Amino acid sequence: MSAAIEIRGAEKHFGPLHALKAVDLTVEAGEFFALLGPNGAGKTTLINLLAGLSRPDGGSLKVMGYDVARDYRQARRNLGVVPQELVFDPFFTVRETLEIQSGYFGLRRNDDWIDDLLHNLQLSDKAQANMRALSGGMKRRVLIAQALVHRPPVIVLDEPTAGVDVALRQSLWKFIQRLNREGHTILLTTHYLEEAETLCRRVAILRQGQIVADDTTENLLRSSTSGKLEDVFVSLMRDQDVAAEA
Amino acid sequence: MGGFRTLLFKEVLRFWKVSFQTVLAPLVSTLLYLLVFAQVMADHAEIYPGVPYAAFLIPGLVMMAMLQNAFANSSSSLVQSKVTGNLVFVLLTPLSHGEFYWAYVLASVIRGALVGLVVFLSAWGFVAIPVREPFWALLFGVLATVMAGTLGVLAGIWAEKFDQMAAWQNFVVLPLTFLSGAFYTLHSLPPFWEALSRFNPFFYAIDGFRYGFLGSSDVSPWQSLLIVGGTCFALSWTTLALLRKGWRLRT
Repeated sequence: MSAAIEIRGAEKHFGPLHALKAVDLTVEAGEFFALLGPNGAGKTTLINLLAGLSRPDGGSLKVMGYDVARDYRQARRNLGVVPQELVFDPFFTVRETLEIQSGYFGLRRNDDWIDDLLHNLQLSDKAQANMRALSGGMKRRVLIAQALVHRPPVIVLDEPTAGVDVALRQSLWKFIQRLNREGHTILLTTHYLEEAETLCRRVAILRQGQIVADDTTENLLRSSTSGKLEDVFVSLMRDQDVAAEA
Repeated sequence: MGGFRTLLFKEVLRFWKVSFQTVLAPLVSTLLYLLVFAQVMADHAEIYPGVPYAAFLIPGLVMMAMLQNAFANSSSSLVQSKVTGNLVFVLLTPLSHGEFYWAYVLASVIRGALVGLVVFLSAWGFVAIPVREPFWALLFGVLATVMAGTLGVLAGIWAEKFDQMAAWQNFVVLPLTFLSGAFYTLHSLPPFWEALSRFNPFFYAIDGFRYGFLGSSDVSPWQSLLIVGGTCFALSWTTLALLRKGWRLRT
């Protein structure tokens, strides 16, 4: 069986900036995987390559065995991405937004799943509201619903809980965990390391475009005296700084 | 196919939701042109034998409105989606570059046709306009809106800010539509401007469209067809090639 995500030697430059340096990463089907790193490490760039929003300068990226460039239609059908930025189309209501997103994937009779998403993301009473009328947290939930509307087996969440209150964050994670139990592969980027520690079975850490750690959460925690992911993260960043200075 | 239909539907719904601005406003401005010019030029000599100036003017105004609105539809939708960031929802889908292109262009054709129809029917109340060659009128109506819609897609994928789009509107589309023979016959221009106008594809779109109504035109409708068709093909080919590369959309 193919890995859910398979990245081999991914390279990306933005002018003089070498944003990704021969990145290799495999996420197995059904995993709850955290991709961590400081700002500017290359997490969003890697996600953009995976989603086809950006084109790699080298290497290959596959989603459920489908090459994101050659078999882009299949790769995108298998992938749902929650973007980091809070973006929305101000012309439409919440329900219209989800129906349109569903239609892009050729799913025209998807009302039951859309209702289920609205219910689970506590948006049922806002279904007919225009996107402009929603709070930031609600817009974030619509973004998540949009990413899930075509029931992709692989879900990428790029800092999904940024700016979301505690109660909503908890309900969101319960829903995402349910999806993971149902077989969806989850790739998560977050700056809340305790979330990654609690939710994810495996963690990779990016720094300056390179993978500097890729192991189970358990093994990474074992390597720290305090047993906290935050300390592992800080220590890795410091080690790299020392190596760079030397 | 499903994704293409949805994107087309979304683009039509987008302008329909603000039809006050996208359909009614062009109607008002075009009727104002008609009122002012038809009044001022009422005593002007006939441009074609037996054709009053207002009947000459109306097809030109209808086509001018169609060109401007077809351009505005695809260009404003794309630049707004880029500036606000919501274009990502289209880029994440399995839509091919061809489906993306045709959905935006056909939505432009629909808006252009709707504006043209509304303007034409309203102008009918002022002057009875003959429709001598309906096939030619329809053909130029479709080709011209495809051309302007494609130009709009090209401008939309190039522009990253609203002021860049305003530059396209003010320095490309406006001169092309106003210096296109909508208000006058090419033969009434001084030689320099007449020669310059012959490089303007919008002139051929208007002249061919006018032929469909009046059965008379400045140049042969076949020549206009060749130039408008050729421009459509060249613009479409270029835009599709850029979309395939992901130029300015997929970095």
